[in-house]
Amino acid sequence: MKQTLNYLRETASQTAGPYVHIGLAPGAAGFDIYRQELGQDIAGPNARGERIRVEGLVIDGMGSPVKDVLLEVWQANAEGHYAHPEGGGPVEDGFRGWGRVITDFETGEWGFDTVKPGAVMGRNGRMMAPHLNLWIVSRGINIGLNTRMYFGDEEQANAADPVISLIEWEQRRATLIAQRSDLGGIPVYRFDIRLQGDDETVFFDI
Amino acid sequence: MKPAEYYQRDRTLHPPALTPDYKTTTARSPRYSMISLQNSISEITGPTFGHNDIDPLDNDLVRNYAKDADPVGERIILHGRVLDENARPVPNTLVEIWQANASGRYRHKKDTYLGALDPNFGGCGRTLTDENGYYFFRTIKPGAYPWRNWVNSWRPAHIHVSVFGAAFVQRLITQLYFEGDPLIPHCPIVKTIPDPQAIEQLIARLDLNATIPLDAIAYKFDIVLRGRRSTLFENRLEGN
Repeated sequence: MKQTLNYLRETASQTAGPYVHIGLAPGAAGFDIYRQELGQDIAGPNARGERIRVEGLVIDGMGSPVKDVLLEVWQANAEGHYAHPEGGGPVEDGFRGWGRVITDFETGEWGFDTVKPGAVMGRNGRMMAPHLNLWIVSRGINIGLNTRMYFGDEEQANAADPVISLIEWEQRRATLIAQRSDLGGIPVYRFDIRLQGDDETVFFDI
Repeated sequence: MKPAEYYQRDRTLHPPALTPDYKTTTARSPRYSMISLQNSISEITGPTFGHNDIDPLDNDLVRNYAKDADPVGERIILHGRVLDENARPVPNTLVEIWQANASGRYRHKKDTYLGALDPNFGGCGRTLTDENGYYFFRTIKPGAYPWRNWVNSWRPAHIHVSVFGAAFVQRLITQLYFEGDPLIPHCPIVKTIPDPQAIEQLIARLDLNATIPLDAIAYKFDIVLRGRRSTLFENRLEGN
């Protein structure tokens, strides 16, 4: 008898297609069906830490904004803990750490309100700089793209971050760093994601 | 033995980013290689959901948007299990689906296809797997529909499926197709997948055992998410 490993194989990915909103954000598709849509409240009212806004565009290889993207964020709380049994520590009641937004059909702008995450314990005891984990799907994207957003005002922590330093091309590291502005009250971090071409955002195989 | 990282994703069974026959990918596919990351706590964690997040009717697409009658079309049960590559069930995980109606028309303000909308059909549903990783939906079998790729491109009947798993690395969106659909081998989106067996794995099978006589035909669709390693000799994920 031949020995076999007998692992199952992961189900293959397919594009989320142009109508992803029907399933994951039906209000945006133009109809109400659920009592509550998921992913709208990332941090909850009890969350400690600095309230921030994150916004940007997803830009295609022609330089045009992509207007049918769905983006999910996964982040730690201000102490660097994830809302998960293996998340490193407790989180505030109502802190979910997960959010889901879509791009505006006319402008392609997306944005969400949350709290700035703390530094997270990385591999081998090395701290990771504060970051958001992002996942992007849309028509024309065959398998969800993973990236990270880091904070432009965390220069020291970013310089020591073990993931940023894995990127051999130093000029590409800047594609992961959002710039902060304090226009009217709450800080805004701008993070444009370039799918292709000059200044293409770094994507990770996680 | 402590569980630790997830198995590396087998990119040879997934579609690559650039698949020119599916035209939209040409401007939306990165040109540089992805940077491979060993899992940290940022990747092995992910959102969790509970029964407070959803309602019992959310998995019944025959009823969850019905105004004054049932929707028109072939009534089906869609069921299966969410497993990992080790064949372990993935319990309490959120499964979301969306689809066109029996005419192939989506309830979406951007869909302008001639196929008629159904006033009693929304086209989305969601549920949590039970402790055995089992899920089920009731819905209407979606129709095929045309799309602007080539002039005469038609999508096979399909249901979009989104699954979370227990970790952000398991996050997956895919599409399920129906056994015997002659459009499957013609579809440039299906054919973005390089591995014929991986395509077969997306085809839901007619399941007469789960069919409800005189009521609804059943299809079975199991979903496999990435498996997790057990650390045999070391656990260096967090430096211990």
